[in-house]
Amino acid sequence: MTEYNFAYLDEQTKRMIRRAILKGLAIPGYQVPFASREMPMPYGWGTGGVQVSAAVLTPKDTFKVIDQGADDTTNAVSIRTFFQRTAGVATTTATSDATVIQTRHRIPEEPLHEGQILVYQVPIPEPLRFLEPRESETRKMHSLEEYGLMHVKLYEDISRHGHIATSYAYPVKVEGRYVMDPSPIPKFDNPKLGDMAAIQLFGAGREQRIYALPPYTQVVSLDFEDHPFEASKADHPCGMCGATDSYLDELIIDDAGGRMFVCSDTDYCEARQATGHKGKDAA
Amino acid sequence: MTPLLSVQGITKRYGAHIGCADVSFDLYPGEVVGIVGESGSGKSTLLNCMAGHLTPDAGQVVFDTRTDGPRDTITMSEPERRMLGRTDWAFVHQHARDGLRMGVSAGGNVGERLMAVGDRHYGDIREKATDWLGRVEIDASRVDDRPTTFSGGMQQRLQIARNLVTGPRLVFMDEPTGGLDVSVQARLLDLLRGLVRDMGLSAIIVTHDLAVVRLLADRLMVMKSGRVVEAGLTDQVLDDPQHAYSQLLVSSVLQV
Repeated sequence: MTEYNFAYLDEQTKRMIRRAILKGLAIPGYQVPFASREMPMPYGWGTGGVQVSAAVLTPKDTFKVIDQGADDTTNAVSIRTFFQRTAGVATTTATSDATVIQTRHRIPEEPLHEGQILVYQVPIPEPLRFLEPRESETRKMHSLEEYGLMHVKLYEDISRHGHIATSYAYPVKVEGRYVMDPSPIPKFDNPKLGDMAAIQLFGAGREQRIYALPPYTQVVSLDFEDHPFEASKADHPCGMCGATDSYLDELIIDDAGGRMFVCSDTDYCEARQATGHKGKDAA
Repeated sequence: MTPLLSVQGITKRYGAHIGCADVSFDLYPGEVVGIVGESGSGKSTLLNCMAGHLTPDAGQVVFDTRTDGPRDTITMSEPERRMLGRTDWAFVHQHARDGLRMGVSAGGNVGERLMAVGDRHYGDIREKATDWLGRVEIDASRVDDRPTTFSGGMQQRLQIARNLVTGPRLVFMDEPTGGLDVSVQARLLDLLRGLVRDMGLSAIIVTHDLAVVRLLADRLMVMKSGRVVEAGLTDQVLDDPQHAYSQLLVSSVLQV
């Protein structure tokens, strides 16, 4: 612990990030620029999320990291270990015990409560990026609330696939004002973004942007009147715990077309199995 | 009658160089004005100043808005001006690529302005887009194709459809037939003439092609070195040019 300042970053940097976070919370959905630091990991591995986590962690916090819902994948394990070593905070895999949860591409199944902070890793914070390549123009579009182009993307989806085929990073409108990229969470998680008790912070390290949703913010997924938003998931129960209400990963288990569906949220699945729920594929 | 657009003393300098100087004219509803002149005479600068793409150094562009009557578009706020650009104004670029989204299907291109003004019903948007493709003579089966698969003439017609779908009252056109071969030009001109008549559009057409203004424009302004040297009814200017430069311009046209 003597080799590092608490949570790796120096105090001035944390202060700068906290300022950006506060501004983000004051203007929900607005992308606040910040001076992103070089972190000891490659861009795309969660440098933004790690910096936000470092800025909000206190020694009394309990930290949890999930990667695509799982606590035991490379990204989750290494970031958890990183803060164990550099901040010495307690870590957990239980959603309800954690005070700060850093996540990549999922929102935990278990509803979060007040006092918790959910930190997202964001690869591309600009929802309009692939529609309008000029950053100067997208900023103007945000400031003037010109979001017609976002619907052009959804229109293209329907004309090509017959339905809105965007299944992750599904654009949302925050408090009737800013259109926001919710990071690449599946659209199944979109309804959980709104009216959440926990604070949601979004950090994009390479793109140097932070944005936030304060608790109980109104978040609406964009759609058409005749093609309403639908939170979709694989139409199966979980093979391990039998849950029908959770987001599922599809696993290929042999080379003869065998597959099983399991909860992507490992903590949720394990907790259910511990209380006696059993799916058809459980050993 | 209130002019739809009243331009007063528009001046735009690029440093010491004059883009256009002290241009004034009125455009009445349903009227088509042509601006002709050689390359570098300030036609496009003038057009961009009027359409709000450039900020002139001096002058007023007063547009008769639907809600508030005549307003100076140069001093109005940017959101208001951009709103005009999506609703009552249309801008047809010389190169269709500048005015289209090349990565988006034809239907999406036409629907963009509808969605920009708040249309949120997919079926309605698609119906209107298909209708407009028909009106600019693009087959309805091409509605889901990208403009990259279209010919130059089709791209230009698609750009026109995309601009006219919200029923604008004023269309700015920057060399709409430039870069098209003559038979395609003729069809496009025919189409434009029909649309202008049917929808009662007012239009300002910048071109160096005198045949275009002869066919489309009611009135004509001849520009040289950033200034208007002659203005009048199209036939009058073309058949009896008074200014030396207008005479040169008219006599330069190759007679076949």
